[in-house]
Amino acid sequence: MALKIDQDHARFRHIVRGRIRQNLRKFISKGELIGRQGKDVVSIPVPQIDIPRFKFNSRDAGGLGQGEGDVGDSLGQDGQEGPGKGKAGQGEGQHALEVDVSIDELADMLGEELELPAIQPKGESHISQKASKYTGVRRVGPESLRHFKRTYREALKRQIISGTFAPDRPVIIPAPVDKRYRSWTVTNAPVANAVIIYMMDVSGSMGDEQKEIVRIESFWIDAWLRRQYKGLETRFVIHDSVAREVDRETFFKTRESGGTMISSAYKVCKAIIENDYPPDEWNIYPFHFSDGDNWSLDDTLACVEILKTSLIPASNMFAYGQVESPYGSGQFIKDLREHFGREEKVVTCDIPNKDAIVPSIKEFLGKGR
Amino acid sequence: MSEFAWKTRLPSYLRVEQDRIEAIARGYGLDFFPTAFEMASYDEMNELAALGGFPTRYPHWRFGMEYERLSKSAEYGLSRIYEMVINNNPAYAYLLEGNSLTDQRLVMAHVYGHVDFFKNNFCFRTTDEDTLGKRIDPIPNRPDYSPSRRWIDRFANHGSRISRHISRFGIDKVESFIDHCLSLENLIDPWQPYRGRFTRPDETQEDEPIEVPRLAAKDYMDKFINPEEYLAAKRKSMEAEREKKKGFPAQPLRDVLAFLLEHAPLERWERDVLTAIRTEAFYFVPQMQTKIMNEGWASYWHSRMMTEKILTTPEIVDYADRNASVLATSAGQLNPYKLGVELYRNIEERWNRGQFGREWGECKNYDERRYWDMKVGLGREKIFQVRALYNDVTFIDEFLTPEFAAEQKLYTFGYSGKSDQWEIESRKFSEVKEKLLFQLTNFGSPIIQVIDANFGNRGELLLKHDHQGVDLQKDYAQSALEALVRCWKRPCAVASHVDKKAVLLRYDGHHHSEQAYTV
Repeated sequence: MALKIDQDHARFRHIVRGRIRQNLRKFISKGELIGRQGKDVVSIPVPQIDIPRFKFNSRDAGGLGQGEGDVGDSLGQDGQEGPGKGKAGQGEGQHALEVDVSIDELADMLGEELELPAIQPKGESHISQKASKYTGVRRVGPESLRHFKRTYREALKRQIISGTFAPDRPVIIPAPVDKRYRSWTVTNAPVANAVIIYMMDVSGSMGDEQKEIVRIESFWIDAWLRRQYKGLETRFVIHDSVAREVDRETFFKTRESGGTMISSAYKVCKAIIENDYPPDEWNIYPFHFSDGDNWSLDDTLACVEILKTSLIPASNMFAYGQVESPYGSGQFIKDLREHFGREEKVVTCDIPNKDAIVPSIKEFLGKGR
Repeated sequence: MSEFAWKTRLPSYLRVEQDRIEAIARGYGLDFFPTAFEMASYDEMNELAALGGFPTRYPHWRFGMEYERLSKSAEYGLSRIYEMVINNNPAYAYLLEGNSLTDQRLVMAHVYGHVDFFKNNFCFRTTDEDTLGKRIDPIPNRPDYSPSRRWIDRFANHGSRISRHISRFGIDKVESFIDHCLSLENLIDPWQPYRGRFTRPDETQEDEPIEVPRLAAKDYMDKFINPEEYLAAKRKSMEAEREKKKGFPAQPLRDVLAFLLEHAPLERWERDVLTAIRTEAFYFVPQMQTKIMNEGWASYWHSRMMTEKILTTPEIVDYADRNASVLATSAGQLNPYKLGVELYRNIEERWNRGQFGREWGECKNYDERRYWDMKVGLGREKIFQVRALYNDVTFIDEFLTPEFAAEQKLYTFGYSGKSDQWEIESRKFSEVKEKLLFQLTNFGSPIIQVIDANFGNRGELLLKHDHQGVDLQKDYAQSALEALVRCWKRPCAVASHVDKKAVLLRYDGHHHSEQAYTV
């Protein structure tokens, strides 16, 4: 129901959003939002916005309480919801507000903050999809779509009107005229589908901090691309000297100890594209994160080969992010730059620490591809 | 039940309850305005609570924030608003849809307690619209007392006026001005209504010639006892004194908002907004002045009515559960419901047993005091008198006894820098009482006055914080100064103490400064 307060509420949310935007870079590099992610919303703790007045310093003023305890007993620390500060009976501590912000909104903020261009999907808007949706109720239809509640209500109405309803013995028997069925409409909508294929090096040299960086990056890349495309799919590939496809959970948790063969991941990626995502129907985004330490030069050359022949032609963009680790040589990024320095579809980026996350997101998504 | 109450959407079974409870309340001698109950769903309830009980107010984001907070905590099951009642004639109260019948009865009984208090306590006389601006006489009611208190309409009018300004000047501009006004909202004089309309001191009066007092002396001694040079010097210093007094305002003023309305260079719409906010601030004053008494009174009556007349046996446990959660205490928080109801009961018992007056005061024998019972039975009469003639400060000052404070386990707490936490400081009666009274004085807000509107001969506004041992919170004070500058359009300063040193916090529109300064 529409409430009068909605207008005030919208104003408040507007103000809060301003605060979040101001602090977005901090939120991004701390990565604290990701743990608070629900299905479509992220809940962000915002300190309650206060109207400043002349008031007493609460630490000086102290207060009054009631109950057990000896002199000197603790009542809790500052900032907790312990003592009601100030007035008798006013008992309101400082509450941090949890504000739900949808991921779409966050993506918009990210876009505005980093000045990201909107993505131009590959020009295949002729692909359309039929979508059907239950939109109403009608009097005829298959029994499997019978709307039980509506049918019941119709029967109840009829029985009450006709006087056959006995409150002491409330038995409702639907007649055929009472029956109601769900009805649907079919819509044709052009779709621009996209898939992100994340690849990550999980060899021994990738530590927890490196993985955390990848996690934060992928959250924001997801959020941004999801905002741009209706149906976004994500696939995950991990590799050390061999590669396999995994789910999201495993992707961020696995830690192996083997060596590194990057080409193995690219091969799996290529297979995924060939099997599931015909490039003329899909916008494809492979993202690869590694510490840049490859097994051998031969393998690097194999990688370049796969990129050239299949991955790059199929993708909108191929992104490689190199997280710095104390063990890696960091050679791979140089090799890529050497081979693809002029290739527009290849974006490479160094991510030495968490502070570099924001610029690297800008680097990856700043091309509008 | 009055005619108009039938126009609300209250289900018939609750109307029956209302009639019954109203009759019971009257039977106990409660005297209230006609009261209408409305049903509200839980989001409507949250909306109303966020708006302070009023269905229509001016648009402002803080209501939205409050709504967000209330609906979140309602969704998570942390809190639920049971009852809300507005000091209005007729009084309006809201019942939460879906509450059990026991709860609804409890709320109704509680509400009648509040409405009786609204009608009879002297503080609420300041909300009688027919005497607004006149001097208020806190004598007891005439039997036909039915003042005009149409505050719901008045608040709605504020809303539509401010909305008009918004559509003309834009929400950002008006809302930020409202923010600033709200920052200054507590700078009013709660006793102003008892003095009548705010009046400027008479300035047309001619100065009388200065007469230096002379010591009595015989003629021939006069020039030795009252030497000419001394008289001249004295006259000079008295003249300087008088010049100083001529400053503006002549006397310190607590009603800073009224002062700004009268003298600050505000635009018309700004003046209108500030007037509305000042009026609303005054409306809420009596509720803040009588929080403990008001909640205590309502709780006292709901528990008497419920347990003596209303409840059926199977409802007892539900009622007791609810009542216990209303009166629950928690560490570091004073529950006004609990303190109030216990104090009324204490007073009733003392006056029933004659524990007052000179003999009682002079009796030092513990045993005698304990079993003191003169069977005078004045308790009921006394609490009705108390509810009419006291506010929280005088209530606590007069009726809080050492025995009561010990029985209720009251303590003071403070912040210990050593252990970085809040700790219980004392259970001594004198300290408990002092702290409690301090918290209640001026509703726990610092007392701040305008003392000079031409400070430093630069048209700056100087305020003075009447420092009584507790410092101002500096960051808040600075933000409030910014709001003041927004209205005054010239630099503003407040004189106060920080860490026992006299200082002046000043804001010139761009920078904050702090320097030693003694008024």
